[in-house]
Amino acid sequence: MADKLQFSLVSPEAELFSGSVDQVDVPGTEGDFGVFADHAPFMAAIRTGAITVFNDGTETQYMIQGGFADVTPDGLTVLAEICILMSDVKADTLAGEITKAEAALEAAEGDASLPAAQHLDGLKQLAESL
Amino acid sequence: MASLKELQTRIKSVKNIQKITKAMQMVAAAKLRKAQDAAERSRPYSDRISAVITNLSASMAGSEGAPQLLIGNGSDDVHLLVVATADRGLCGGFNTNIVRKTREEIVSLEAAGKTVKIFCIGSIGEGQLNRLYGDKIIKTVSLKEHKTLTGAIAAELGGEITAMFEADEFDVCKLIYSQFQNVMTQVPTIKTMIPAIGVIGKYAGKEGEHASDEVFAPDLKGAAYEYEPDEEGILEVLLPRNINTQIFSALLENVAGEMGSKMTAMDNSTRAAGDLIDKLTLTFNRSRQAQITSELIEIISGAEAL
Repeated sequence: MADKLQFSLVSPEAELFSGSVDQVDVPGTEGDFGVFADHAPFMAAIRTGAITVFNDGTETQYMIQGGFADVTPDGLTVLAEICILMSDVKADTLAGEITKAEAALEAAEGDASLPAAQHLDGLKQLAESL
Repeated sequence: MASLKELQTRIKSVKNIQKITKAMQMVAAAKLRKAQDAAERSRPYSDRISAVITNLSASMAGSEGAPQLLIGNGSDDVHLLVVATADRGLCGGFNTNIVRKTREEIVSLEAAGKTVKIFCIGSIGEGQLNRLYGDKIIKTVSLKEHKTLTGAIAAELGGEITAMFEADEFDVCKLIYSQFQNVMTQVPTIKTMIPAIGVIGKYAGKEGEHASDEVFAPDLKGAAYEYEPDEEGILEVLLPRNINTQIFSALLENVAGEMGSKMTAMDNSTRAAGDLIDKLTLTFNRSRQAQITSELIEIISGAEAL
């Protein structure tokens, strides 16, 4: 695999990453997917979870909460709502968010409860992996 | 002529004013750098999100199921102007320029027979618009209590606007703010937020005129775009977020512009105060000299009379 994937990770506050990488694993709402160079044009919504960037044998993880992944022939762009480098995520802030998400799930009705549950699930998984 | 004592007090008060304007200028300069950074950091996101919407609308334009946020609800009778100004004055012509732009827009819209509603973000804009168009202002939001702008604030405002659109309170939504170019120049800008396609292609605001040839589509090298979930699902989330993003970046541009404008204005006042102090000091010295001379003359003529 000679080609590299052009990847940029942007959130409203800042551009977190921009450059060439080998592979990016993204948590989509309908399931995780990995993107290599020359991926077919593809667009997906993102759930709460971890984005993993593989480059030259190293792995970098980012915590992401909601957003979009847009794969074009030019590369992958992730538009994140909230995105933090995994090593900067603190366990107690995450615990606080889990409590909030639990409350939101309690309050959610009908169609809204599915994304709320997904959000809570993602947070819990992140907390476990910390 | 004013007495020496009066002159002295005036010089002192002008000096105090100069100190204040100087401090304000330095505070604005420090804040400007931060605001400019934030505005620049938010640009990639808003650029990307409009690029993504361009992609999507290229495939959605003209289709029946396109969401109303994208193509509009078919009419353009009621215009909502979201006027974003600063919450504080003393920043030169910054707020006035935005308000002037708004007034021009209102006049031209009313000449075309449209109804105008105003949503004010920032209390200064409301104060200035209230006199002429007080009856049109439907809501005012002040951001004074927020120390730093976050996406959450913009999301709240965006959510409100989207809800109003869904409740059919307006047909077209335009955002008026000041685009930051540099410290000296801020350009009052009008941007159409709803329908979103107006941002991307040339949209005349009438039904059936999508001007889809204007929409830029990326070269997919013969492949078709895949969506997960479907186009509607993505657009449903993406379009409100686009509004939030646009408001957010407009607010950031505004803060940078406000600080730049304030810095320039305060620099000017500091200089003006300096000039005034020089002038007053000169007058003070002259009248003191005159007083001494007249006292001397009195003494000498008194001595001669003996």
